[in-house]
Amino acid sequence: MSVRMPEPDGAVLARRAQIVKALRTMVPGEGVIASEREMKPFETDGLTAYHQLPMVVVLPETTEQVSLVLAYCHAEGIKVVPRGAGTSLSGGALPLADGVLLGMAKFNKIKNIDFDNRVAVVEPGVTNLAVSTAVAHAGFYYAPDPSSQIACTIGGNVAENSGGVHCLKYGMTTNNVLGCEIVLITGEVLRIGGKHLDSEGYDLLGLIIGSEGLLGVVTEVTVRLLKKPETARAVLVGFPSSEDAGECVSTIIGSGIIPGGMEMMDGPAIKAAEAFVHAGYPLDVEALLIVELDGPGTEVDYLIARVEKIARDCRAVSVKVSNSEQERLLFWAGRKAAFPAVGRISPDYYCMDGTIPRAQLPLVLKRMKELSVKYGLSVANVFHAGDGNLHPLILYDSNKPGELDRAESFGSDILRLCVEVGGVLTGEHGVGVEKRDLMPVMFSEIDLAAQQRVKCAFDAKGLLNPGKVFPVLHRCAELGRMHISGGKLPFPDIPRF
Amino acid sequence: MTDILKPRDAKEVEDAVKWALGNDKTLELLGHGSKRALGRPCQTDITLDLSGLSGVTLYEPAELVLSAKAGTPLADIEALLDKNNQQLDFEPMDFGPLLGNTAGQDTLGGAIATNLSGPRRLKAGAARDHFLGVTAVTGRGETIKSGGRVVKNVTGYDMCKVLAGSWGTLAAMTDITIKVLPKPETEATVVVEGLDDERACAAMSAAMGSSCDVSAAAHLPDHVASYFDGLPRPEAATVLRLEGVAPSVAHRKETLAALMKPFGPVALLDDANSKALWRSVRQVKPFAVSQERPLWRISTAPGKGFEVAAAITPAAQMFYDWGGGLIWVAMPFADEPDAGSIRRAVGDLGGHATLIRAPAALRASVAVFEPQSAGLAALSKRVKDGFDPKGLLNPGRMWAGV
Repeated sequence: MSVRMPEPDGAVLARRAQIVKALRTMVPGEGVIASEREMKPFETDGLTAYHQLPMVVVLPETTEQVSLVLAYCHAEGIKVVPRGAGTSLSGGALPLADGVLLGMAKFNKIKNIDFDNRVAVVEPGVTNLAVSTAVAHAGFYYAPDPSSQIACTIGGNVAENSGGVHCLKYGMTTNNVLGCEIVLITGEVLRIGGKHLDSEGYDLLGLIIGSEGLLGVVTEVTVRLLKKPETARAVLVGFPSSEDAGECVSTIIGSGIIPGGMEMMDGPAIKAAEAFVHAGYPLDVEALLIVELDGPGTEVDYLIARVEKIARDCRAVSVKVSNSEQERLLFWAGRKAAFPAVGRISPDYYCMDGTIPRAQLPLVLKRMKELSVKYGLSVANVFHAGDGNLHPLILYDSNKPGELDRAESFGSDILRLCVEVGGVLTGEHGVGVEKRDLMPVMFSEIDLAAQQRVKCAFDAKGLLNPGKVFPVLHRCAELGRMHISGGKLPFPDIPRF
Repeated sequence: MTDILKPRDAKEVEDAVKWALGNDKTLELLGHGSKRALGRPCQTDITLDLSGLSGVTLYEPAELVLSAKAGTPLADIEALLDKNNQQLDFEPMDFGPLLGNTAGQDTLGGAIATNLSGPRRLKAGAARDHFLGVTAVTGRGETIKSGGRVVKNVTGYDMCKVLAGSWGTLAAMTDITIKVLPKPETEATVVVEGLDDERACAAMSAAMGSSCDVSAAAHLPDHVASYFDGLPRPEAATVLRLEGVAPSVAHRKETLAALMKPFGPVALLDDANSKALWRSVRQVKPFAVSQERPLWRISTAPGKGFEVAAAITPAAQMFYDWGGGLIWVAMPFADEPDAGSIRRAVGDLGGHATLIRAPAALRASVAVFEPQSAGLAALSKRVKDGFDPKGLLNPGRMWAGV
């Protein structure tokens, strides 16, 4: 593990037996797990290079239990790491040796489905896909669809502001959640928003979504439901170069078409996916685009024809339109299996997640090739082309000494490159521990201090998920101090009236 | 007399805030002042006029992104977008005429700071959903950046969200980056005539629950219908807008008209009439004609809209937007916003009410924004203290003491 976590608190560890006993009075039965063997499954999340046994695992079932546990931890100065399904790719749910791991998996009920208001009220442990499944009979669905949607939970989606392949048109989690119940570290239970739109005051919900478990523990979420589009069709387009594919994407959007999904894969990713899934991808191309249009049949047919023409004008060498639902799903099968497909050709892979202004793609791919040579590691790229979210998969072998470190350095260089060209460190996987130490590449100390003051408003003792997101921990008292420099008017020439 | 400071760039904004901080002066943040009469009146020492920060600094239509200085007139931005067949998808309302000012005076900063969103909000999201990045000067006199110029970004807390709708109480925004979207090729509106409020809410719910992709849904009751433009008859009208490419709009118009038939007689508005109608909704036209009546804006669960309205005095005038989830209520007596009855109606059914228009003395004495639970109010105060511990920026604009 190359990222330093906060030093475990010896005084807390010394009281472990007493703490476990107290927690058992709050969460009865099997809800408190303290044996090493049983805690083992919780020691890591989707970022498997990092692992750490927690001090104790607590699996509450009610908001009241969450409140009791948090209030106790607050009073006793014990750190808490919240966890959904543990699919985070940035180590957001990585436990702390001296911390309580608060697993929210037992919050698995869908409490209310309300088609009149087009919302569902769900507990945070409900999986993303389960929401869509529960409303499918009436033709509705929940729009954000991260690749891990079979396993990942709504609570985790809220923490990470999860996206998915459809978010250019339908938005990320933050655009699809209307309200939540949240428990602060003090044990205080707050309700924010509801079935109505917008906030009556500060948009606290907007702060909570994407806060990576640092502000509170969500115990209920109200999500928007959308009516399923009448139909969807996809076009599979092969290009001789990523420049041509990029131009095609820009032309589609520039001509006023917002596809439901628009994905790009580079040569190595195409080859790996095709070998695994046999989706009929062309193998003689350098870039492959999947463009999906959804809506009423007449609209989809009309737009598909326009996209086909744009693709040919952009020098596409192969254009295939799905003519059945089965064929559409086959087009997607390769893309959706791209990660495991790469997993087949390499013992390990490291999945990155930067976003770039789309026009910079050819430059970024070129620089990435140079980095690939420099580090002696291959890279395959899948790209949410519509919104510029890039997922380079760095291939390595953890059994070869030094390769993991090299993969991590390669990854850091890619993310620095993303920021350099006007992009950001993470599009949808979160900062977690993985990108924590890169935060200063994007933010000044002043920017980070302002964000940490938000943290202070929610969790003044810094007990929730410390060691994630922020590279340097400051005490709230220190952050709160004002430095007023002089009372003189330093700008005599600002116009005054 | 209040002093006015008019900085010419972001650095001068930082200087001005630092100076105010050092001299214990409070600041009112101002763009063009189109919404100055909205919110609690603030008593400040200095007015910080941000209208000098003007101009689009980046616009890349194919990347769907635009950056501009905070004081840039919204009308300029919309004209520029229009040339490229693009638009602000959150369709900002124009409160100017409502508050006794001329139309078209908003600035980008003002629209974002008030999270100003119009009829398309129910499909496309609010201003906050299109707000990608910001540079702002906090009440600590520090310039901070958050977000970026890309749509998909989860790097750090989403500070843009909390600045949108903070009414200038947290920071003075200097540079703003937003997502822009293609303008629909054409539009049409399906009108269902003669429905009462309850039936209209059911019709809007059926329309929104269909796959017709309705981009705006309003109900204009009998007593206000004549104020709106483009309607076939000055009678109760439940109006449903469809936007997109021509073949799609034609197809959905047929489907939606058939779906609405069982509710009442159906009429259709072509592109020009549809545009005129929604422009008048965007300007809250019935209540802009005269500024006499105190005006409330209520956000509630759309299915509950008519119940909330039924709990308010029948002497009030009102109409519904957002599929029934947004209710504009004009109270009958000039000096009586009757906050008690509005708060009760909303409190029982959920949501929030904002007093959009009332004489300054009344806005100072009744809560303009929905009062929060003790816990939320305390948390909001702590957030405010993080940004602006001295309470320098727009003090009391939202709540007393914040």
